[in-house]
Amino acid sequence: MDKSEILELKKTACNVRLWTVEGVFNAKSGHPGGSLSAADIMTYLYFKEMKVDPQNPDDPDRDRFVLSKGHCCPALYATLALKGFFSTDEIKVLRHIGAMLQGHPDMKHTPGIDMSSGSLGQGISAACGMALAGKLSGKDYRVFAMLGDGECEEGQVWEAAMFASHNKLDNLTVFVDFNGLQIDGTVADVAGLSELDKKFESFGFEVITIDGHDFEQIGNAVDKAKNTKDKPTVIIANTVKGKGVSFMENQVGWHGKAPNAEQYQIAMDELKEQLKALEA
Amino acid sequence: MAESKKIATRESFGMALCELAREHDDIIVLDADLAAATKTEIFKKAYPERFFDCGIAEGNMIGVAAGLAAAGMVPFAASFAMFATGRAYEQVRNSVGYPHLNVKIAGSHAGISVGEDGATHQCCEDLALMRTIPGMVILNPADHYEMLAATKAAYEYNGPVYIRLGRLAIDSFNDPDNYSFEIGKGITLEDGDDVTVIATGLVVYEALKAVRALKEKGINARLINMHTIKPVDKDIIIKAAKETGKIITVEEHNIIGGLGEAVAAVTAENCPVPVYRIGVEDVFGHSGPAVGLLSEFGLDAAGLEKKIADFMNK
Repeated sequence: MDKSEILELKKTACNVRLWTVEGVFNAKSGHPGGSLSAADIMTYLYFKEMKVDPQNPDDPDRDRFVLSKGHCCPALYATLALKGFFSTDEIKVLRHIGAMLQGHPDMKHTPGIDMSSGSLGQGISAACGMALAGKLSGKDYRVFAMLGDGECEEGQVWEAAMFASHNKLDNLTVFVDFNGLQIDGTVADVAGLSELDKKFESFGFEVITIDGHDFEQIGNAVDKAKNTKDKPTVIIANTVKGKGVSFMENQVGWHGKAPNAEQYQIAMDELKEQLKALEA
Repeated sequence: MAESKKIATRESFGMALCELAREHDDIIVLDADLAAATKTEIFKKAYPERFFDCGIAEGNMIGVAAGLAAAGMVPFAASFAMFATGRAYEQVRNSVGYPHLNVKIAGSHAGISVGEDGATHQCCEDLALMRTIPGMVILNPADHYEMLAATKAAYEYNGPVYIRLGRLAIDSFNDPDNYSFEIGKGITLEDGDDVTVIATGLVVYEALKAVRALKEKGINARLINMHTIKPVDKDIIIKAAKETGKIITVEEHNIIGGLGEAVAAVTAENCPVPVYRIGVEDVFGHSGPAVGLLSEFGLDAAGLEKKIADFMNK
């Protein structure tokens, strides 16, 4: 990636964050912290990496993305809208009665959503099934999944990890959005995932650890995953929960609540400042 | 009646999968370390490249099935009924039911006729659990021929299906030359006006023997084989309620949440009549030979004959 490409991705990610905050504010509920920490990775996947066509969202040959940490869909909705899967107007009525955009991803009604998710631990299993289907049908699409770090406390994650490596699903790349916080406190205090990299390694994964806000590192890790044969790859992305909005950064309290009008204005102003700086 | 050859419906299921796989290369079979028991091993031997053992991890198996279906495959995921619907209930609800994916779930070793393994493995609540999931089709075939047809129908239906399989070898009473299966359509096995017995699954043949014996004793019972628990055949129930005025349901399942309550809901809303639910009376099972347990729980022909007669003579 050259510098101008990275700059464009940064701008897009900033817009994803603006629409993320917009969505959560209008919903008066939702999960801004983990959405903002995941925004750069989603931006990279949809604007640089994945073979997807907003005009043909059900293309059987497309790459897939499963947001296993489904509660962070505000960032995914923003990404999909900016990519052209649906209008940003939908984001303004996120979580409202009759809205297309549900509190957690709904593949049946939202173009671009490859799997309904939200109950933690389940998305990665579905991603394994999609990757296996790709192998069986001889298609060369890739499957990306995103876990939360807290989500790795779910036993099903490790059932799926065993399945993925046992079946040599090298077309599967799993991100862990490692922002270090979950609802009840820091991940370290609540349950502790000590040496998550070694856990995945012992489960048969290629393990790459990166700064999840650095597009060059994200890109290099994804390229390495693509060139890894006979085993799945996990990219442990160290991130900042609430990234981009100063008062939300690294704050447990911003896991699952919406900003009030004043906070919304501060957040939008900050993000617009960042966008202006990138455009200058 | 056809030649009475004893065969467990789990075995019929394994055979049916092979038959279907000959023509359809989108069928994928998953199991959770119970292939020898659920009889998916029959498929595994014939189509090893389309069989995946997920190990003792039922939640992940259901999720993998969901992903396969989302990518266009038609997965059949098998385990014991207890684990497929109990352990993995929430995966079935959220990863299969909510997105209405084309996943077929097979629950073997259902009911008390598991036998010696005892209560932990005798699932008498699978029908109740699956009934609560919107859009889930529930099939409970009564013999070999019905299982062959039901498995085919499950494949041809586009959406989530739960199929209940039994461990115990049972008589094949349906006539394969004159049998047809349609999801949601009950089958009248015996005509009668005094009462209607509606049975499902492994105990249908027991009910058939009981109803025939009672005819000779002056109780003229109608018998319906309700192979589809959901969507339940409302028309045949309402017609039976109107014409016979009383209904008895028979299932190898807790009387809470299964066929009996499905039937009672239809009659209560459309044509209220007494509904007597015969089944496992909200207790856990226990170890013992399957046939002995069916007798102890009053679910064999003799037990059913007595319960039906007692109800009619009250």
